[in-house]
Amino acid sequence: MSLVATAAPGELRVPRSGPWNQRLLAGPKLGGPEPLADHASRLGGGITGWTERAGAHQLLERVRRSGLGGRGGGGFPTADKLAAVRRHGPGSVVVVNGSETEPAAGKDDLLLRIRPHLVLDGLLVATRILGARRAFLVAHSAQAVAAVEAALRERPDVSIPVEVVRGPANFVGGEESALIRWLEGGQALPRYQPPRVVDRGWRGLPTLVQNVETLAHLGLVVRLGPEWFRGAGVADEPGTMLVTLSGAVEAPGVYEVPIGTPLPEVLYVARAEPGAVALLVGGYFGSWLRASEVQGLALSRSSLRPAGATPGAGVLHLLPQGTCGLRESGRILAWLAAQGARQCGPCAFGLPAMASALNEVADTGSEAALGQLERWGDQIEGRGACRHPDGAVNLARSAASAFPDELRRHRSGACSGPRQSALPLPLGRDQG
Amino acid sequence: MSGRYLHADPTLCVGHRLCAEMLPELITLDDFGYPIISPDPVPRHLGRLARRTVGACPALALILDGNPSRRVRRHQPRPGASPG
Repeated sequence: MSLVATAAPGELRVPRSGPWNQRLLAGPKLGGPEPLADHASRLGGGITGWTERAGAHQLLERVRRSGLGGRGGGGFPTADKLAAVRRHGPGSVVVVNGSETEPAAGKDDLLLRIRPHLVLDGLLVATRILGARRAFLVAHSAQAVAAVEAALRERPDVSIPVEVVRGPANFVGGEESALIRWLEGGQALPRYQPPRVVDRGWRGLPTLVQNVETLAHLGLVVRLGPEWFRGAGVADEPGTMLVTLSGAVEAPGVYEVPIGTPLPEVLYVARAEPGAVALLVGGYFGSWLRASEVQGLALSRSSLRPAGATPGAGVLHLLPQGTCGLRESGRILAWLAAQGARQCGPCAFGLPAMASALNEVADTGSEAALGQLERWGDQIEGRGACRHPDGAVNLARSAASAFPDELRRHRSGACSGPRQSALPLPLGRDQG
Repeated sequence: MSGRYLHADPTLCVGHRLCAEMLPELITLDDFGYPIISPDPVPRHLGRLARRTVGACPALALILDGNPSRRVRRHQPRPGASPG
């Protein structure tokens, strides 16, 4: 099976239920936005009761004890981020980041479209902890914007102004500083930090930029408590996470999976096709795991770290039989190179050069091109204003080491891959 | 002057290469002509030269401040590779 195009604009990634306990995706009606009445009756009333009963400090302590980490890819402790903004006092800004510019991801868009009140609960909690004065909610699709706007009309308890906007389409536009610049009316381009956005964000105000899924968990943490939250996942990475699964699986879509679940179990539940070549973990900034490697690994930072991978924002793509990991990586890297902001020299010139080198490796298995890849990766890493070059370098390094058999075949002029692309790379929206 | 670090704002730097001429002890160029700056604190004896180099950057991209470099030396430079 081949996913030549990304999900069509506005197409909902299918919510899937596995054998695991569902939290974010619990409850009926996974087809459209859950009305406030259903949300409240399912979870025992409105969130305001919980946030009003506890002081801001107590709420923050509850978040700290839960061990919730950011679900946007970095995994940064949510309590620490909240505290970094809170120390500036009231009057800060909250940005709910659902821009989700990664083509193979769809979990934040799904959440906003079917569980908007979970996200608004989290926004309310964050607002209460920070004493924030205004908020932005950045959604990926027009449908998500509509769902959130409708949900907000049901929520008199959200007393600060919340501006709901459709996010920038460029890949780096979802980065914190880029998003803020864009919300200020500028271009969605990252800026050099420090100052960090928690200290000086939107119009110079301290700003919390938090991922959609993280906020959805945050609302549940306050309602149900840190001990409940720690009832799923592993000790140092508690909770569930949303995973967007695509590629050689019969049931692609968004799954809610406890952190620490063995990867083979996830793939089994999604009915992986036999003979798959490798698993891309962590999206286009991610790493390849060979089919043989997947066996002993679980969906957590600690399990994936020794394999040089991270769950990132939960994007998993299974490369089907008969495709070539080197070629696919070359295509992704070329796309990432084109998606750069053209602001920083090492990224603007280095990534296209690396993409050419990787494609040469894919064409001929050239040792010289492999050497260039390694050299340029070392030179470029850490030298952009944002992490875009670092993510691209990570993918290139992973590609160069994950497919030794393929490399050997290419040196003798053979390749197991088709000429067309297996991974979803959008052709329309980023240009228009 | 303890713990001063050199940085380049990569969004401002356009690769004039003046810095690498003035301060080769701490700044080399990558294969694309952009400065790779030592992540170590500026040694005392190079402090004055570092300040002059900052002032000479035509793009005003060079920064000398107390923030340790964000660029952690994750990879040991190999023979032939520029020091990172």
